[in-house]
Amino acid sequence: MNLQDEFTKGLWRDNPVFKLLLGLCPVLAVTTSAENGLGMGLATTFVLLCSNIVVSLLRKVIPSKVRIPSFIVIIASFVTVVQLTMEAYLYDLHKALGIFIPLIVVNCLILGRAEAFASKQPLRGALIDGLGMGLGFTLALFVLGGVREIFGAGTLLGVSLFGGAYQPFLLMILPPGAFITLGFLLAGMNRIESARR
Amino acid sequence: MKDIRRLALVLTLIAATAGLVLSLVEQVTRAPIAEQRRQETLRALSAVLPAFDNQPDADTLTLVVGSDRKGKPIERTFYRGRLAGELSGVAFAVTAPDGYSGDIVVMVGADPQGTVTGMAILRHAETPGLGDKIEDDWFRAQFPGKNLDNADWRVKKDGGGFDEITGATISPRAVVGAMRQGLEFFRAQKTQILSAPAEGGSP
Repeated sequence: MNLQDEFTKGLWRDNPVFKLLLGLCPVLAVTTSAENGLGMGLATTFVLLCSNIVVSLLRKVIPSKVRIPSFIVIIASFVTVVQLTMEAYLYDLHKALGIFIPLIVVNCLILGRAEAFASKQPLRGALIDGLGMGLGFTLALFVLGGVREIFGAGTLLGVSLFGGAYQPFLLMILPPGAFITLGFLLAGMNRIESARR
Repeated sequence: MKDIRRLALVLTLIAATAGLVLSLVEQVTRAPIAEQRRQETLRALSAVLPAFDNQPDADTLTLVVGSDRKGKPIERTFYRGRLAGELSGVAFAVTAPDGYSGDIVVMVGADPQGTVTGMAILRHAETPGLGDKIEDDWFRAQFPGKNLDNADWRVKKDGGGFDEITGATISPRAVVGAMRQGLEFFRAQKTQILSAPAEGGSP
């Protein structure tokens, strides 16, 4: 498998949200707007990238019996770094994402990539994998948040799209809207896949 | 047994390194975070207080307003705004525990006579699009100028004088009720709140 492949697999073929359906808790909870989706996605990407790098570098040092606690400590440290940095320099986004930033620790996407990929691969592969998976995750959250924001609030990234006459479809920014949107997006992707074959 | 020693050593090293990194990051971000929180309080204070030229977040007084279910005292901080040395208004945060989803924290500003000069929602988790309209300008605009004597501090649905939100009565009812209790406490403790010396120090 070449490096370009490692990168693009996260965006489409093994997209963590649309294909692997990993880490759905933040996916469904924070995507009430495109901006929140983007912020959450980038925060997760940073943690994933850093933890992949460190796990890959330490893969020969960490005995397999204690690998899970080691991974969790590494991941939790980077999550705390993200949380503190965000609160210091991106205060509004930090307030909007709230409890979901600390919960990145238990996002199974990150532990999943550390366990299944980074702990068995040299640095370069792990780095590319983290970047691709992270960006795939961000893309999915951005699309989901964008769709929900357009229908549920009539705006995209805070810019009004339809003028004042638009009556927001509230359901879309409430929790059911997340499931409905995700369902339609998955259906759409399957449709494209089957048309290709 | 040799194995155990190695496992413990590796885990300890990883945890120690993580602790070191985190303490460094915490040190770097401590001041900016404190500043962000202070700015947030100041923004809310300027929104609810009449014109002031002092630093209300340094001119504070903290009183015990009651106790929670476990018997621990609940404290409330009063921020005092002054213009040219004259006390122009007092702001305090009240918590409405009876919102639709979680606590609603409201910053209330009042002049020394106890008439509301402004209010701002600090924190809430009400339903987007329904209960969260308590943050809208039209809802907040009905409070300035009102005090305990010239207004009935209930929503119109309960026979009072404040507009509720179509489809969401619980959130406005909670906000209005919490503000009434806040103003009553203010009236009862007015002398102390207005004249006690500042506690000094940073908030």
